[in-house]
Amino acid sequence: MKGPGQRSTNALVVLILATMPFWMQYVGGYTELATQVLVMALAAMSLNFLLGFTGTLSFGHAAYFGLGGYGVAMIIKYIAPSTPLGILVGVAVGTIAAMVIGALIIKLRGVYFAMVTIAFGQVFFFIAFRWNSVTGGDDGLTNWKRQALDLGFTRVELLDHALTFYYFVLLIFLLAAACMALILRSPFGRTLLAIRENERKARFLGIPVEHHLWLSFVISCAFCSLAGTLYALLNNFIDPRALYWGQSGNFVIMAVLGGMRSFWGPLVGAAIFVVLQDFISSRTENWMSFVGLFFVLIVLFFPRGVLGMIRRRSSQ
Amino acid sequence: MSLLRVENATRAFGSLVAVNDVSLSVAPGKLQAVIGPNGAGKTTFFNLISGFFPPTSGKIYFDGKDVTGLAPHQRVQMGMARTFQITEIFPELTVRQNLRIPVEVAAGLRLRPWISRRMRDEIDARVVELMLQGNLEDKANRLVGELSHGDQRATEIMMALALKPRLLLLDEPTAGMGDQETYDITRLIRKLHREQSLAIVLIEHDMRVIFHLADRIMVLTEGRVLADGTPDEIAADERVQAAYLGESH
Ligand SMILES: Nc1ncnc2c1ncn2[C@@H]1O[C@H](COP(=O)(O)OP(=O)(O)O)[C@@H](O)[C@H]1O
Ligand SMILES: [Mg+2]
Repeated sequence: MKGPGQRSTNALVVLILATMPFWMQYVGGYTELATQVLVMALAAMSLNFLLGFTGTLSFGHAAYFGLGGYGVAMIIKYIAPSTPLGILVGVAVGTIAAMVIGALIIKLRGVYFAMVTIAFGQVFFFIAFRWNSVTGGDDGLTNWKRQALDLGFTRVELLDHALTFYYFVLLIFLLAAACMALILRSPFGRTLLAIRENERKARFLGIPVEHHLWLSFVISCAFCSLAGTLYALLNNFIDPRALYWGQSGNFVIMAVLGGMRSFWGPLVGAAIFVVLQDFISSRTENWMSFVGLFFVLIVLFFPRGVLGMIRRRSSQ
Repeated sequence: MSLLRVENATRAFGSLVAVNDVSLSVAPGKLQAVIGPNGAGKTTFFNLISGFFPPTSGKIYFDGKDVTGLAPHQRVQMGMARTFQITEIFPELTVRQNLRIPVEVAAGLRLRPWISRRMRDEIDARVVELMLQGNLEDKANRLVGELSHGDQRATEIMMALALKPRLLLLDEPTAGMGDQETYDITRLIRKLHREQSLAIVLIEHDMRVIFHLADRIMVLTEGRVLADGTPDEIAADERVQAAYLGESH
């Protein structure tokens, strides 16, 4: 997990992300696509906090992603035109929902846990879908825009400056990633690893497993709602599809695609997923079946994900 | 006063009464052996003591407090640690990582999202100390799953010790081992018992190990206590000879 190469890997990742808007066009992309990679990567990494490092599969992370998105959208549209306030409230809403739902489902394991996370996720989907007057229903929440940042001494325009917004998202992404990495390398993070490896043993080493699982779930969902707020800000729009269980499935695909045992794996998975989605969906309607096929091939031939495969090659 | 007191513990699985009205008292620093044929209820008895499941009836006291309704991690916190008949470790983690987790739990750090450098050095030092005690220092960075059965056992015992227990429950620590490994583990247990005045309850099949180590021996058959006494008393007990020792010689 750590190893001597960790520091240089991190530096490489930061370098690649910091320059991404400048070379994105050469792989058929554009600045907003680069931003989308970051947003999806943050969501996939937050899911992987739970999946890869605690050993628990959630199929309902879109719920928290969407709650974050609706949170920021509603604050800006209805309450106060402030991007930071919107982000804070969006994250708070997603986190509180995760605290409540987490407490209800934390005794479940494996497939049962995954199923119930889907079910709870769908509850939020239907609320967003049906509650027209507030959420805009099927059409989503429109007619609001991300607001400029007021730093006191200067104002940072985010709306018509795709590049500025990219770096705004990158800053948040890196802070969030650093937070998750620190937690995973802490004593608390090691208790999660212990639970992943052998839950019964963890219990008899004095770890209250349910409590730690709950915390891990809440932390994971908090970062996922953060990603959701950025997603809404990127598009100046949010609709119920952000909450749909298919979106949760995409996060899982990204994590597994990139390699769920490596910290940056989901970033690689998200990059592949987002770029591929953009490329194929502009040529065919059935892009999901291509991604599905690609996914099956990866799982068949590289069970450790793309990054896991590269690691293995390079260590041979 | 006794450190562990089990009062009339009974555990039924459906119609099968695996542990039937068993009482036991272990004084601080003593080594209590539990023997009996396969299926006698020894492991079930450990599960009751350590809180894996509750007794159908009866009470468990640790350090004078009723712990019958407490969860395993709460009993660990009070100073009770156990190993399992079938080794339970983190096979995909290194020896160092395996030991580090219980060391951090024992230091009260399990909820810490960060630790200071000084704290980390202390943890590292304690991990090294445990590896030295368990003769594992040259395997520090090996995955535990790749080690020999004996070294896995030693790792598991050291993980339990990392919790700084006052009572250690060992379920057949030498099961499935060759002579050399059995000897090594026995020596380790004796050393820990002597040097740290640790109370130990030991389930064991190997009679040489038992009579070598135990202060007291309890014999279980079909869930009931057949005899409980010093090694000499047990060796002289006719019922034990007839029911248990007799058939294995
Ligand atoms: N969880 C359980 N569910 C049902 N039966 C069990 C369970 N655990 C143990 N038993 C039964 O209880 C009896 C005692 O088992 P055990 O305590 O493992 O014996 P020992 O450790 O002395 O070999 C056996 O008949 C076993 O099948
Ligand atoms: Mg047994």
